[in-house]
Amino acid sequence: MTGLDIQNLSFAYGDKVALKNVSFSIPRGTFTALLGPNGAGKSTLYALLTRLFVTQEGSISVSGHSLDHNPRKALGEIGVVFQQLTLDMDLTVNQNLRYFAALQGISGKAAHARIAQVLAQVNMSERANETVRKLNGGHRRRAEIARSLIHNPSVLLLDEPTVGLDPQTRASITDHVHDLAETHGITVLWATHLADEVRDTDHLIILNKGEIVDDGICGDIRKEHDLASYFIAQTSGAK
Amino acid sequence: MIYFIALNAIIKREAFRFVQQRERFVAALVRPLIWLLVFAAGFRAALGLSIAPPYETYITYEVYIVPGLCGMIMLFNGMQSSLSLVYDREMGSMRLLLTSPLPRWWLLTCKLLASTSISILQVYCFLAIAACFGTVFPVWGYISILPALIVVGLMLGALGLALSSLIRKLENFAGVMNFVIFPMFFLSSALYPLWKMAESSLVLYWICAVNPFTYGVEFIRFSLYLQPNAGAAAISISASAVFMIGAIWGYDPARGMMKSKS
Repeated sequence: MTGLDIQNLSFAYGDKVALKNVSFSIPRGTFTALLGPNGAGKSTLYALLTRLFVTQEGSISVSGHSLDHNPRKALGEIGVVFQQLTLDMDLTVNQNLRYFAALQGISGKAAHARIAQVLAQVNMSERANETVRKLNGGHRRRAEIARSLIHNPSVLLLDEPTVGLDPQTRASITDHVHDLAETHGITVLWATHLADEVRDTDHLIILNKGEIVDDGICGDIRKEHDLASYFIAQTSGAK
Repeated sequence: MIYFIALNAIIKREAFRFVQQRERFVAALVRPLIWLLVFAAGFRAALGLSIAPPYETYITYEVYIVPGLCGMIMLFNGMQSSLSLVYDREMGSMRLLLTSPLPRWWLLTCKLLASTSISILQVYCFLAIAACFGTVFPVWGYISILPALIVVGLMLGALGLALSSLIRKLENFAGVMNFVIFPMFFLSSALYPLWKMAESSLVLYWICAVNPFTYGVEFIRFSLYLQPNAGAAAISISASAVFMIGAIWGYDPARGMMKSKS
């Protein structure tokens, strides 16, 4: 079964077309990088995937559940890390996670156990009682990832999660999410405009001006070229 | 069950944020207290109020404006909650709230109930301070206004929610102040009885008479004296329903509340 299946998705803001006939499938447990320059349509795609907008044309299916016909089941399968920080800065990591657990209907001992588990997964157990304001950028991102995993989603959507982080932290978070896909079988869609976050073995989708220009295994797509140069060549002329 | 877990978490979070923002708490109390202790003191000599229901005897101006000031607290709080929603939305946590698998109408209802609880807390703090300064009401009145406070809190909170779905940027809140809060407050029976307004201008009287805030204030006023006012209650409840439908419409993903950002 596919983790995420998108078929013939189009979306426009009035006259301005943001996505044009986008179709792709991601097998379960695969790390897929969605590479695109700013303005390529990545954020619109994420807004559609998380049902902040509803689809105008086309369909989205999450672990077999249609987002249009069964939105609650489909959303329940999704964990999401937005570009903006969603944690309350004045609450501790634990308090933040409890709040988000409750939004997923998890409380009491079940929430406690799940929070301990996800914090361990992102190596943040010892930070549970620190306020988010005291954490550095990397730890805040890890806490966001822990938060997105609380309800045990089968699909994890991350929208440029490494923005504003130093190279070491970026590498560490990228490695960690790759590991989540490999060892926990989570389907990951990782949006970025940074080619160095993509491995040769990753499933790669290049989005430009609302259209898919490449869809395949990264190594096969870039061939002998360096991915960053290939990406620039494929998307040159973009804003 | 899941519904109530989320409701509990959202109310707790709102309460925690409110307690943290002490200046907001103080400002919420100082504003009506200035009206009560300064403005009302100045006007009591100038304004003579004849006896009209629910009052059975001559009352001072301070006593008259307290229900209006309770409404004012709820009006400001409802709008401030909408401000926090715009802020939340910019910061991403509103997006997260809306991606919860719970139905959107329930999530918005939770937000509304949370902001109403905070409003009610503020009103009771204000009434306690007013009592310390000698403006007291029948003891049972303090309990019997609770249903009215819930309805008015929901009405103004729902209005704030509906507006927040339309506000694009934080700065636009100044516009809400000028075009929603002030007209709603001044064109109502909060500071002067409507018959007084009719003496000055019939047009203004009619504007006051169609302002749902007027009915909210009157619902509170009559409840404070344990007197029924079915008309005010019915209009307040109907306005709450209309504003809530507006909020649910505003946050409908088919309309795409985030579309306005682009």
